[in-house]
Amino acid sequence: MRSSGFGRRFVALLRKETRQLVRDRSNLAVGLLLPVLLILLFGYGLSFDVTNAPVAIVLEDRSPQARDVLAGLEGSPYIAPVWTTDMPDAVRRMRSGEVRGVIRIPVDFSEQLARGQAKVQLLVNGVETNTAATIESYVSGAVNVWAGRQADRVGDESPGAGSVVVISRMWFNEASSSTWYLVPGLIALVLTLIGAFLTSLLIAREWERGTLESMFVTPVRPLEMVLAKLAPYLVIGIIDLIVCLLAARFIFHVPIRGSLGAIALASVLYLIVSLSLGLFISGATRNQFQASQVALLASFMPALMLSGFIFDLRNMPVVIRVVSQLLPATHFMPLIKTLFLTGNNWPMLAREGSILALYGVVLIAASRRSLRKRLV
Amino acid sequence: MLDFMAPVVFLCRKELLMLVKEPASRALIFLPALLQSLLFGYGATYDLTNAPYAVLDQSGGAASTRLLSKLTGTGVFHRVATLRSTTEIANVIDRGQALLVLSFPADFESRLASGQAAPLQMILDGRNSTTAGAAAGQIGAVVAAYNQERNGVPPITIERRAWYNPNLESRWNMLPALIAALSMLQTLLLAALSVAREREQGTFDQLLVTPLTPMQILIGKALPSILVGLLQSTTIFLIIRFWFQIPLNGSVWLLYLGLLSFTTAAVGIGLSISALSVSMQQAMLYTFLLIMPLMLLSGLMSPVSNMPRVLQIATYANPLRFGMDLVRRVYLEGAGLHEVGFDFVPMLCIAAVTLPLAAWLFRNRLA
Repeated sequence: MRSSGFGRRFVALLRKETRQLVRDRSNLAVGLLLPVLLILLFGYGLSFDVTNAPVAIVLEDRSPQARDVLAGLEGSPYIAPVWTTDMPDAVRRMRSGEVRGVIRIPVDFSEQLARGQAKVQLLVNGVETNTAATIESYVSGAVNVWAGRQADRVGDESPGAGSVVVISRMWFNEASSSTWYLVPGLIALVLTLIGAFLTSLLIAREWERGTLESMFVTPVRPLEMVLAKLAPYLVIGIIDLIVCLLAARFIFHVPIRGSLGAIALASVLYLIVSLSLGLFISGATRNQFQASQVALLASFMPALMLSGFIFDLRNMPVVIRVVSQLLPATHFMPLIKTLFLTGNNWPMLAREGSILALYGVVLIAASRRSLRKRLV
Repeated sequence: MLDFMAPVVFLCRKELLMLVKEPASRALIFLPALLQSLLFGYGATYDLTNAPYAVLDQSGGAASTRLLSKLTGTGVFHRVATLRSTTEIANVIDRGQALLVLSFPADFESRLASGQAAPLQMILDGRNSTTAGAAAGQIGAVVAAYNQERNGVPPITIERRAWYNPNLESRWNMLPALIAALSMLQTLLLAALSVAREREQGTFDQLLVTPLTPMQILIGKALPSILVGLLQSTTIFLIIRFWFQIPLNGSVWLLYLGLLSFTTAAVGIGLSISALSVSMQQAMLYTFLLIMPLMLLSGLMSPVSNMPRVLQIATYANPLRFGMDLVRRVYLEGAGLHEVGFDFVPMLCIAAVTLPLAAWLFRNRLA
């Protein structure tokens, strides 16, 4: 009769947890609203593609040649040139943050150019490194284009003569768009957050209100309570997952090259890990005040910074890489990106999937321990 | 004045005691800022430090060897595989073993020697297009240096100097921003939980029937959170200054004046959430819901100027955007009050709206 006892108790608990979830509208609303908000904000708000960076151009040399060299900068989507005549003005604009860089054509530019040793000075505001690098590569590109045209004009051999030309192709992300790698990572982020904020107060709340003590006198087993607490939130998480997948496919047009089955399997596994991590935090702190702080600190920032979502793990020092391997998110992040952009990679799915499963089992066992029928 | 302040001081003391009385709570105030600034300080970098690559050299000549040795000389690129045929390319990229593959065609050497352009094929793993782009940029620079070595200096050279961050290290951009961002996370949550906890436990009603005015309750609730926020900012600041040794160019006073206005605005938002919530669960949910847009629309990860117009306008309601801008500019650029003066306006406006709103809600939202 043991199994039917389990079934009856489980269903009763499940009904209670579901009611509690549905009754607090804010819970449900945030659970369903957050992924939509995150997807839209990340998808549109986070972009590494520099547009219209204001750059002051100081033409100290008024010759038409000097003007011609920089003509290529006009009409570019990356740089918005601001023409000015003297350096102090440009420096003032740079200090006030009005421009991100200054291009200076010195007074002897055309003279030096005739001798083949002209210099262009470029000052960039180094605070935003990405913008600075874009400006630099764009300016040198424009100058090179000019040099090529100049060589054609004087009938010289082409500037590519006897030199190496790099032809690059980017695999899996042909358009080199940051959205393509951000959106799959976003799914990992959404699932991390859902877990952290939906379940992290569940056990702590019951400890604070003393309702757990009344559960101790019932025949309910700790594992049944853990599973009943996970199940309704798993449903919300799966709805969120579907929303994310639809948005990735139809709003951001990210290719889904792996099979949906593999993506679903990996995501649900990770969802379970993330929900049980929330429960574990809840059971370990037994205090809503601490639980919510730990959940916030352990979920959002680490998943954002250390999981390989934006910052490449390969660039981090070894110690930090070891720490990042402890996060479940670090195992899900490359998996979901690969499943989206590369296709099914079974060895990887097996390896990361079993690590996630292990995390799930350990965390559920740990949450169960925290519900042992013993008073503290 | 004394009559007004004395109860406020008592309330502050009680709030602070609640924060530090338990070892676990105490640890939660100091440890996270310390750990996170160290972890993210090392971890959150866009700079390429380790780029594994594979080579498919079908030319087998001296030119490709010379070029590859220049690449190794950067210390960033490490050869992890030497391929024999084009069919092997997919495998090393798919498995993530190599970030890029360089493929020298069979006629590479002969084309170079005969004065023709010699194409070098580069295949990049675009699963992280930022890293791939950085690697492509560095390879381009190495190839340009190699070409210069062969063909002499081009007619125009560009002399680049970067202000405020001479080596263009992305850590310099990220870390000062964390002074504002990391402390906001917890300050906002602490403020949001402060009233909600009392509501849930029923002690807030007791507080309301005391002679304290809503304004006094507000100050008593706000000050401890502001204090915690400034303490965390200070921890992060010290780590950045002395552990990571990023030079401070501006005035410490201006930095703290900015942090004070920023933290006050964050606490104002937190207390408004708190006054609206009936339980800690709700306070936490609303905080989570709000923290995401605040972090994303702040310029922490990518500059605000890259965002679409509508979102750029939305950032004016975000104290973090201006707090972070102020900290970065005072810290790195050494900006003075007249240069960052505008940053104070949105932050103070937000504080001026949210703090009275919270005080009003204390009385007017009884669950």
